[in-house]
Amino acid sequence: MTSSPAVSRVLDVEAIRKEFPILHQQVNGRDLVYFDNAATSQKPLVVINALMDYYTGYNANIHRGIHTLAEKATKAYEDTRHTARAFINARSEQEIIFTRGVTESLNLVASSYGRAFLKAGDEIVISGLEHHSNIVPWQIVCEATGATLRVIPILENGELDMEAYKKLLSPRTKVVSVNHASNSLGTINPVKEIIALAHAAGAVAVIDGAQTGAHVAIDVQDLDCDFYCLSSHKMYGPTGTGLLYGKRELLEKMPPYQAGGEMIKDVTFPKTTYNDLPYKFEAGTPNIADVVAYKYAMDFILGLGRENIAAHEHALLTYATERVSALKGVRLIGTAAQKVGVVSFGVEGIHHFDIGQMLDSRGIAVRTGHHCTQPLMDCFKIEGTVRASFAVYNTKKEIDQLVEGLERIINFMK
Amino acid sequence: MNIEETQDAITEEFSLLDGDREMAVFYLMELGQKLPEMPEADKTEENVVKGCQSKVWLSGQTEDGKVYFTADSNTAITKGLVSLLVRIFNGQTPDAILHADLTFMNRIGMERFIGTQRSNGFGAMIKQMKLYALAFKTKMQVKS
Repeated sequence: MTSSPAVSRVLDVEAIRKEFPILHQQVNGRDLVYFDNAATSQKPLVVINALMDYYTGYNANIHRGIHTLAEKATKAYEDTRHTARAFINARSEQEIIFTRGVTESLNLVASSYGRAFLKAGDEIVISGLEHHSNIVPWQIVCEATGATLRVIPILENGELDMEAYKKLLSPRTKVVSVNHASNSLGTINPVKEIIALAHAAGAVAVIDGAQTGAHVAIDVQDLDCDFYCLSSHKMYGPTGTGLLYGKRELLEKMPPYQAGGEMIKDVTFPKTTYNDLPYKFEAGTPNIADVVAYKYAMDFILGLGRENIAAHEHALLTYATERVSALKGVRLIGTAAQKVGVVSFGVEGIHHFDIGQMLDSRGIAVRTGHHCTQPLMDCFKIEGTVRASFAVYNTKKEIDQLVEGLERIINFMK
Repeated sequence: MNIEETQDAITEEFSLLDGDREMAVFYLMELGQKLPEMPEADKTEENVVKGCQSKVWLSGQTEDGKVYFTADSNTAITKGLVSLLVRIFNGQTPDAILHADLTFMNRIGMERFIGTQRSNGFGAMIKQMKLYALAFKTKMQVKS
């Protein structure tokens, strides 16, 4: 295998890299290698410029103002909703609710849907691969309603045990909430099948798409999920925003999550009527600037083509898996057949913190620790892993640099 | 060597690394490897230093009025860090440890190459060592 930086026949990765100013810097005396994309991706100039344009050109509060700037800001904000609808193929823009990101989206569903429709004896099914943000909100709902949490176990390779999942389902199952891809291991879950099984049992299906938004094409109608959650900052967009997709008929019957301006139709002291979707769930002045810029991030992804991005990242994943697993003492954690660009591993006799620090001293950014998935780490009987996660701007040459850094520390410690 | 002299020596050694972070990290790990082994029996939950992200065990005792620490960590870099403190404080009186003003971290720019989290953990180790010194001092005063 060659070490040429461009691995895709379609994407010009060197040209893409030029769109990301942050990548062109030295960290600790070496060219930055950014492999912490599962935590947050870097931002292209179109996104940075969109923020700049908003604040220098048309910052105003949205929806209620009649002046020109308010009109412009409102249009830009709603343009993002328009793009988001197409991005995930929702039926209507009313099904797109802007939130602070996946964490808030999951909390919204757990709190609003969960408290309104769950009762003692009901069951919520999550999986052993979940991020704490898809565990704790449901635990809180369980405490409030008397529902219980059931967990789909995982197999040794980091895939979900689908047979066990089928056995967990029963008429008591009211919610199934799983991630589309695992942040710790990269496993892509068979969500379409998971959703169909959930529906057959009479449950609603919630999908955490934090790790798929920038990497996998998403079609909520094809998946037939009831809710889908995205974070902008993991999709080349700004931090602090994201979305919740919900089927309209479900969103209609759910009570508001937060109350304030924007989410109301009429307020009198005896009674308040709520605004229509999606505004019922967007109380207060939203994160306008970041939502506006989020559109440019989605357009950036669509412009490159999700299939092309996936092909490039898959090539990186294959190359990294091959090279890293060949190193002495390395144990790969998560070897599912279908994965996004995440390589998680441990090295025998060397603590992951030491590896992380050592790589950082060579300008390589990886994540070390439990990745907010402590139950998953317990399952593998480890404290944490070193995780390298890839984005469209990463190259094979950077993987070579990672391997070189790992070789140095492994040789030193032996 | 007194505490000041050891701090000067450490500062001198690190200045040879010329600010190269990778070399500094390797040097710390090397120092950690040279730290005398801590008896397994001393690696108790009680001896774990609270406030460190890595696991650090620390135990102290006195001999002829001087304090001696043993320590270990589950991470190599942190073991190197605690070894610096063991080197500075071992063989000193409780009073000297209590009143020690540790300046070498700033002088070698340690926070730059170990990061804020580890620096906080390092502060917790120093505090723990000073608490040992205070306890030993109190014990000696009661005896005398």
